[in-house]
Amino acid sequence: MKFARTTGQLDMAEALRALLDSSGGAAVARSWADGDQEPWRRVWDRLGEMGLCGVAVPHRHGGLELDSVELALCLEELGYAGLPGPCLESIAVVPALLADTDAEQDWLPALAAGRAVATAAFTEHVPRALDADAAAVLFRCDGDSAAVARRPDGAPERSIDPTRRLWKLDSGGTTIAGARVAAAFDVGVLGCAAQSLGVARRLLDTSVRYVGERHQFGRPVGGFQAVKHHVANVALKIEFARPLLYGACLSLDSGAEHAPRDVSAAKLAAAEAAHFASRTALQVHGAIGYTAENDLQLWLTKATALRSAWGTAAWHRRRVADALADGCTAPIGS
Amino acid sequence: MDLSFTADDIAFRDEVRTWLRENVPAEPLPSLETERGFAAHREWERTLHAAGLSVVSWPVEFGGRNASLVRWLLFEEEYYAAGAPGRVGQNGIFLLAPTMFEHGTPEQQRRLLPRMASGEDVWAQAWSEPEAGSDLAGIRSRARRVPGGWRLSGQKTWSSRAAFADRAFGLFRSDPDAQRHRGLTYYLFPLDAEGVTVRPIGRLDGKPAFAEIFLDEVFVPDADVLGEVGAGWRVAMSTAGSERGLSLRSPGRFLAAARRLVESWNARGGDPAVRDRVVDAWIGAQAYRLATFETVTKVLDGASIGPEASLNKVFWSELDINLHETALELLGPEAELAADSPAAPDGGIWADGYLFSLAGPIYAGTNEIQRNVIAERVLGLPREPR
Repeated sequence: MKFARTTGQLDMAEALRALLDSSGGAAVARSWADGDQEPWRRVWDRLGEMGLCGVAVPHRHGGLELDSVELALCLEELGYAGLPGPCLESIAVVPALLADTDAEQDWLPALAAGRAVATAAFTEHVPRALDADAAAVLFRCDGDSAAVARRPDGAPERSIDPTRRLWKLDSGGTTIAGARVAAAFDVGVLGCAAQSLGVARRLLDTSVRYVGERHQFGRPVGGFQAVKHHVANVALKIEFARPLLYGACLSLDSGAEHAPRDVSAAKLAAAEAAHFASRTALQVHGAIGYTAENDLQLWLTKATALRSAWGTAAWHRRRVADALADGCTAPIGS
Repeated sequence: MDLSFTADDIAFRDEVRTWLRENVPAEPLPSLETERGFAAHREWERTLHAAGLSVVSWPVEFGGRNASLVRWLLFEEEYYAAGAPGRVGQNGIFLLAPTMFEHGTPEQQRRLLPRMASGEDVWAQAWSEPEAGSDLAGIRSRARRVPGGWRLSGQKTWSSRAAFADRAFGLFRSDPDAQRHRGLTYYLFPLDAEGVTVRPIGRLDGKPAFAEIFLDEVFVPDADVLGEVGAGWRVAMSTAGSERGLSLRSPGRFLAAARRLVESWNARGGDPAVRDRVVDAWIGAQAYRLATFETVTKVLDGASIGPEASLNKVFWSELDINLHETALELLGPEAELAADSPAAPDGGIWADGYLFSLAGPIYAGTNEIQRNVIAERVLGLPREPR
């Protein structure tokens, strides 16, 4: 029993964080929101060189073939960095969707190398494909079946997060035999939870720095107990969401019957942590946090967008409740 | 990263499970907060000890089994899942003993730990004072040097089970001239010593074991000073770490309560009105279990538990209240019935548990203090003026 991230895993996250830190940070997100994809492409190329885009892709297609723990760790860092684009879809969802199908050879090598990005929509919970204009291939999942979708015409819907463009996909493309829609959806839920946890951590770090610098009444506002308790509460949400995320990774990797229940629990906790962190971050920043020029908005709106993406809290709670009502009370991660 | 247990761990867990199934009293013992219940629970401690299960994580020479932290957690999960009696010796076993392993002399360990393990000595914590609760450095009770030892005087209060316990451990001001926490020393003393008066204080749940302790020139030999003279604060902080973190509140208790809650909810047709709260409480217990395994993994890798223990303390105390509040909501009008009412649902376990859970955010350092610790020592925010 060793339930903690290993030194190797933490080193991997740190290397990724350093790469993302030195790649332009918030400016990348802002240019992406303005429709300029070039800065983002440069980051993506570097991630591809590092092998990160293939973290969940089998060796035979040039990927690293690592477990869900490493996948979650990477997506957590992408959330922390606020990197926009269909990262979750390209790195996690589409590789899971195409695993062991005839289509995998067509796309996985390019995805693993970072040469292509992919995106996907799932009828019920991901009704629009994220950033379809930037993707080389689009998938539309409907019920149990998945198909390559045609490139949509017209304009996307705007998300509350200015870096997310959402596209409705038409049905009727080529069907992919044997696509694992349900498994890919659960990987998306897990990845969304990981990104949300990263967003939550970023909001906490930003808040801690800000309240240490901002003075009122002749003292840093972080010295006031009311402010301290706000940020302590955020730390609590994060601290007890993280083990659920990594517990869900273990359930997913062991193929446990209760893995869907566990990814739902992780998504609930991580999305709640991010939401709570965003509310608190805004409160402790005061009016500066409500401005578009402050970078806080990038993570604040992402927390909100990710909260309803990949299944709402209400839906995930119901999924956990249904499992418990069926007598499925095995521990998370077992 | 994995959550797989070794074959030996599983064998240990199965042995514990089997023993508990065969030995846990069919009828719940009377509350350990009453005189009769206290005696019955002391007897249960003897039974546990005879089976080698009272202090599984301790060294064999003191009555333990040298079980790893992982095995200890498995033991705790089984213990609570089996509905076994509450541990009347918990203050000693979970708070004093870890401190004694760290700071006690070999002589103290040999003399005191085996009696604690067998239930012969039940210990009470004598820390809080009327003027010093979470601000322990405000302690006024004093210790005066005399030949061969010390004379303790003052008043301790809010001491759990002190009304029936045998011995107590507490902090006293041994150097009145030293600044706040510098002049404190950690002492062990018998509650039947000359000069000790114990006065029970009724608790919110009506149980009489809570007490205040008055000390009038009580003699304590040098052999019963724990740690160095004047180092009481540092010694006490290691106990506080145990209290907030791992040892006092292992996840087993909340896991068992969450499972009972799910069962009660299912038995009542899965009432949709409380569904979300049931789910959140169950997830919370799972989160606490996993977080504890993470802490244990780090401890086994050589890390020590620092101020992060404050995160644990706030989390479990709020989780405990959530679990019980949810249960009371589920029970509807029956929830009002007192634990000892013959009609109380589920044997009154929810009413009793709820009242007990209410103390969680107060004892072991209030949650307000814990949040300050989290903000200042985990997150690095500026300190409160003090």
